[in-house]
Amino acid sequence: MEVTAELSYALNTFYFLVCGALVMWMAAGFAMLEAGLVRSKNTTEILTKNVVLFAIACTMYMVIGYDIMYGGGIFLDGLAADGVTGAEEPAGYAPSADFFFQVVFVATAMSIVSGAVAERMKLFAFLAFAVVMTAVIYPLEGSWTWGGNDVFGLYNLGELGFLDFAGSGIVHMAGAAAGVAGVLTIGARKGKYSADGKVTAIPGANMPLATLGTFILWMGWFGFNGGSQLAWGGDDTVAATTIVLFTNLSAAAGAVGALFTTWVWYGKPDIVQTLNGALAGLVSITAGAANMDPYGAFFAGLIGGVIVVFAIEFIEKKLKVDDAIGASSVHGVVGFWGTIVIGLWGIDAEGGIGLFNGGGTDQLISQFIGALAYTVWAAALAFIFFSILKKSIGLRVTKEEEIEGLDIAEHGIRAYPGKRNR
Amino acid sequence: MKMVTAVIKPFKLDDVREALSTIGVQGITVSEVKGFGRQKGHTELYRGAEYVVDFLPKTKVEVAVSEEMLDQTIEAISGAAQTGNIGDGKIFVTSLEQSIRIRTGETGVDAL
Repeated sequence: MEVTAELSYALNTFYFLVCGALVMWMAAGFAMLEAGLVRSKNTTEILTKNVVLFAIACTMYMVIGYDIMYGGGIFLDGLAADGVTGAEEPAGYAPSADFFFQVVFVATAMSIVSGAVAERMKLFAFLAFAVVMTAVIYPLEGSWTWGGNDVFGLYNLGELGFLDFAGSGIVHMAGAAAGVAGVLTIGARKGKYSADGKVTAIPGANMPLATLGTFILWMGWFGFNGGSQLAWGGDDTVAATTIVLFTNLSAAAGAVGALFTTWVWYGKPDIVQTLNGALAGLVSITAGAANMDPYGAFFAGLIGGVIVVFAIEFIEKKLKVDDAIGASSVHGVVGFWGTIVIGLWGIDAEGGIGLFNGGGTDQLISQFIGALAYTVWAAALAFIFFSILKKSIGLRVTKEEEIEGLDIAEHGIRAYPGKRNR
Repeated sequence: MKMVTAVIKPFKLDDVREALSTIGVQGITVSEVKGFGRQKGHTELYRGAEYVVDFLPKTKVEVAVSEEMLDQTIEAISGAAQTGNIGDGKIFVTSLEQSIRIRTGETGVDAL
């Protein structure tokens, strides 16, 4: 079947718009997940952060972020004319559709941060960080792989053969690294660790919301990964469809993996960890969605679901890092896993590229270098900026405000009026 | 007259109500309460970490009865509320000086 250039242009553009809308919907998923996993007295706060971070991400990426990452011009002034600098000529899709698809990824990276530092960070400080994250931190590291730029002129990840299809490392791990930097700067929630180091769980307020949020994210991820094929028609149709299928497969494997891990490990199946398992499955396949066979996709997700259970316990109990929704595990540790799994059993058009399927260690080493570059960059820059905020305007609400809850302290509005808020 | 106050497991409320109606109790007052007993609450697991639930939800039933009805009432409540497990609750008996039925102005046992 012959596809004309005009039809292909229309199909690709339309595909970008549909997938972009799906990824935008992930913002709703994060909002619901986080609203479900914080205490009811901090719900208005987390909802506000989620809406406004999305708005800031869209704005800052348009102002400068897209220019840094792909060279679209300040305020997109290069975009309306001939397409993105360096893009194929004639472009295979409307350049503005590419912007629309890319901008929602920025918001995803920032949403991950909001969950980690939830329940104690001042709204204004958080929003100030969102500006820096979406204008500079994410676009710069994103440009290394997807924009083809050198890492500070030192080396080029693309030439090293580093693969990150839709962003296990670039989006998820980097977002989590920034989140961890935030948690380390601001400290644990009050009451999380007693003076003798004993850990107290702080259960989320609303499991139905957390579950809804997970399903929304799961659905949005079809756009996140499927859309990252960046084209629809001919061979791309088959490739993109397979990617969506593998994404779903890996998520399912992750949920099952986490469920049975908690069932055996805790004695009872844990709903939050099962939700984390589904998300871990999705993060696990995000880098390698185009470089897996069905077995590879299944085991990437399954192992991701097992890893996340132990990662959360390890980070919470041993490292004493109080990550309110477990973003550092779901997106960080599992993001790292998703990035390096390509080096273990990934495939490309010629065959195996991983350690276990005859590809040797080259790919694994590239994946390590890439993963390390993203983690160090995002964590270091975020740490510096969070520290500046801490010294200047202050990061954390007062002890009294934290006990009262940020909803009343910062907003004066309860998320659940009339209910006792804990 | 005596006031019988029973703190029971919430899911046993219907059985207790049934048992009290059977012996002829005319009315009861029920409230949702929280508290702890000898177990001092209990711990629950969230994402693999424990947290303490200090106060468990219970149901408080208050019944005003005549002296003659007291033993029967206590038997009815303990029979209906007992599961044999931890946390079945307690029954307290106090003296009741006076009772007044607001609509009719009846007092004492007649008002119960």
